[in-house]
Amino acid sequence: MSLASSVAPASPRVGVASHPWVRFGVRRLGRLLVSMWVLVTASFLMIHLIPGDPVRAALGPTAPASLVAAKRAEMGLDDPILVQYWHYLQHLFTGDLGTSIVSQLPVSEIVSQRLPATLQLALLAFVVAVLVAVPVGVLMGVLTRRGHGRRTELAFTTTSVVLGIIPDFLVGVGLVYVFGVHLGWLPVAGDDTPSAYVLPVLSLAIGPAAILSRIIRVEMVTVLEADFVRTARAKRLPARTVYLGHALPNALTASLTIGGLILGSMVAGTVLVENVFAWPGLGSTIVSSILNKDYQVVQAVVIVYGASVLVVNTLVDVALAVLDPRSMIRED
Amino acid sequence: MVPMRRWMNVFRSPLGLAATALTAVVLVLAVVAPILWTDDADATDTSNILAGPSGDHWAGTDNLGRDIFFRTLVATRLSVELALAATVIAVVAGLLLGTAAFLLGRRLGRVVTASINIAVAFPGILLALFFAVIFGVGATGAVLAIGLAGAPGFGRLTQTLVAGIESRDYIAAARVAGVGRVRILFRHVLPNIAEPLVVNTTISAGGALLAFAGLSFLGLGVQQPQYDWGRLLFDGISSIYVNPASALAPGTAVLLAGLAFNLFGESVAKALGVSVVGRLPVLPAMAATLDEDEAQVAATGHAAGELVLDVRDLEVTFPGPGGPVRPVRGVTFAVRRGEAVGVVGESGSGKSLTALAVSRLVGDPGRVDAARLELLGTDLRAGDDKAQRQFLGTSLAMVFQDPMTSFNPTQRMGRQLAEVATHHQGMDRRSALARAVDRLRAVRITEPERRAHQYPHEFSGGMRQRAMIGMGLMGSPALIIADEPTTALDVTVQQQVLDLLASIRAADDVALVLISHDVTVVGEVCDRVMVMYAGRIVEDLPAADLATGARHPYTRALVAAVPDMDTDLDAPLATIPGRPVDPSEVPAGCAYAARCPLASARCTTEEPALVTDGAGRRVACWHAGEAIDLVVPAPREEVEAS
Repeated sequence: MSLASSVAPASPRVGVASHPWVRFGVRRLGRLLVSMWVLVTASFLMIHLIPGDPVRAALGPTAPASLVAAKRAEMGLDDPILVQYWHYLQHLFTGDLGTSIVSQLPVSEIVSQRLPATLQLALLAFVVAVLVAVPVGVLMGVLTRRGHGRRTELAFTTTSVVLGIIPDFLVGVGLVYVFGVHLGWLPVAGDDTPSAYVLPVLSLAIGPAAILSRIIRVEMVTVLEADFVRTARAKRLPARTVYLGHALPNALTASLTIGGLILGSMVAGTVLVENVFAWPGLGSTIVSSILNKDYQVVQAVVIVYGASVLVVNTLVDVALAVLDPRSMIRED
Repeated sequence: MVPMRRWMNVFRSPLGLAATALTAVVLVLAVVAPILWTDDADATDTSNILAGPSGDHWAGTDNLGRDIFFRTLVATRLSVELALAATVIAVVAGLLLGTAAFLLGRRLGRVVTASINIAVAFPGILLALFFAVIFGVGATGAVLAIGLAGAPGFGRLTQTLVAGIESRDYIAAARVAGVGRVRILFRHVLPNIAEPLVVNTTISAGGALLAFAGLSFLGLGVQQPQYDWGRLLFDGISSIYVNPASALAPGTAVLLAGLAFNLFGESVAKALGVSVVGRLPVLPAMAATLDEDEAQVAATGHAAGELVLDVRDLEVTFPGPGGPVRPVRGVTFAVRRGEAVGVVGESGSGKSLTALAVSRLVGDPGRVDAARLELLGTDLRAGDDKAQRQFLGTSLAMVFQDPMTSFNPTQRMGRQLAEVATHHQGMDRRSALARAVDRLRAVRITEPERRAHQYPHEFSGGMRQRAMIGMGLMGSPALIIADEPTTALDVTVQQQVLDLLASIRAADDVALVLISHDVTVVGEVCDRVMVMYAGRIVEDLPAADLATGARHPYTRALVAAVPDMDTDLDAPLATIPGRPVDPSEVPAGCAYAARCPLASARCTTEEPALVTDGAGRRVACWHAGEAIDLVVPAPREEVEAS
């Protein structure tokens, strides 16, 4: 008895600070904060790295010098750079993202108006991608385990590789042609009706679904060889329970990491798709702002995109830790 | 020449061949298209604007009446050039980043690594937009933007590859010899990672091509009057309702070229990564005399007590490259209620497969055949219906070798045990969990309530193995099959597990089949020992007789190989000379003949049958029980019989 308890690696009472969950949370939060700082600083520096005077560029060569000087002073661009940085951080914390030099609207207003459409698009596409990829990946994994179904495997791999490479905006153009121009079934612009969501969401979801299902298949095939799957079979569980109850959660932990990266990249991937479908989100905004040299807006949108990616990645790590507690320890 | 042959593998797959051909077409077009068709592409025809496809204009015309088909062809050069330029920037910057950690030493290197890790977290499109803002709208800015956006990813790859090489002995040797870091990098590291880098560069070129099309499509890349595919697409999408071909032609071109580079890269990667499968030995034709009189002989076991397990002529077959391979070749045995039977043999003797076959756990593509395979009188050869699963799930318990990997790492222990009860005994979750806690207690796990809520990685190795036994006790097993249950455990914990098995057997009259390569363990725990060699039972005898009464020379060699208190610790350890038989090339005659000090001419031609004597012992040997002289059968340590 005493031997058993001394062998046990975990003891019942441990200090809060050394609790694995606390340590994991602190470490993960620290990484998030550092990345956020890098993001914010990079977008601050962006304006200063632009060759020439950003205000002159924005207002155009015909603007009077006095206006440019006044605007520079208003934006604080004549202060020492560290002072500017300090003000920039202060404003950011209070939610003040500056004023658009083109439309004169507060940038925070533009962002809060545009962000929901982008998030909707990205999340819907992610959900669709997962809903397609998990069943397809699991089914393919079961069908092609242990060298079964060589032809199925080849056909599936080829299709998914090709679909995974095609960029979303080309998928979008193709879908516009087939379902919008040729068949005339679905609207190809805006977000006014539910049917208007179909093509943008599909354009964004098809590639990631292909990539994700391929990863899930490979993970499934590997996990089905694991000892604990043999144990599950030794328990004589029905095939469904062995595949979905034991193999799938373990196949998903690895796939989830990739899934998180995909979700992160989907938020930013909306940029191109939004421009294909005239989607009223941040993607159309950032492109027109870059073309108009409206740098305050660009700065803010870059931060919003970057921050969403970082937050998503953090959430994925947390989800991973819940799903597979070992991943928490592995990071030590 | 071997590297060449590996590269040739690219052309083996249809996809690789198509990708190579397509890449070649794109590259040729990039060179010749502007020379041949620039005039056709620039000719304006204001009388014929935004026309659909026709004989004169295969893809119609744009808003100035210019031919879209020729413009798409001519745009190949600029598209490819820009993509390659961006790739070069990405590769150079990535190489600098990736090798920086190696060159700068520990502390600075760590800073670089951290920066790369932060940068790769951001999607490429975001980085590209960021740099596009700094470098300005236009082709040059876009090249820099896409190049730099690709740098962190390439840096990470380089770094991983360098780290893999860095730990090699020859790098350490070069360092000790005082060779400079830069020199080591160029002399030893880079040449060794060149191959994956080249492959990834090809894939990156495809990515850059598609990314460039993206930026130009957004209006941030190439500006008029220049045009690449992305720019053509940007112009064409607005007139997609008037002339769909104006968007589809450049779109298709981007797609094909992007796919070509990517797939070419991936095919090369696959071709280089896949090792050529060597020629495997052809399996000699199986002796047709597998079903000997063994079956009838074994029937003698029937009389003595109630049979828990009855196995006759068990065979396991796997398809091999040179025909079917049969690692278990006709095994016959029975286990009585409460009896402990040990199965010993070297690895590859078929003992573990026999256990898996008996418990119906040999997975695809293995095939199990048997003249009889009964557990408690129930034929196990029949299908896999619910009733049989329930029967097996509650009356047969399995204990596997590695308790570390045999539990599902993502489920709590209690749930993994309880599952048996919910599936086979109709219990609800709560009472199943209570039963699980009770079983954990039964296998002497302290604080079973708390332990049931823990994950496998929170258990020690010995506890996990006891929990595995506990899982088998969720039902009311008549037989426990334990396959090397102590091999993966510390010596101190081994005895606990063996004691536990012994006490369960005594308390509930459960039969035990203990598979082990360790003759001592088996001799200690079991009543009877079966010795397997090359997929067959060669001897079956009471455990008590193992030390002195073994008759098969292989058994005697196994026993002699165990060091005991009298063993001279200065002398080399006794080993059995020769190697175990490869299941794909079992020799004619007695499989052990080549290693046997008693082997005669008959042994190499005729396979001895497993013969039962009056006391129920079995042995398969032409020279069973003969004295072994100190003949040296091979130029190794000799095997001494007691």
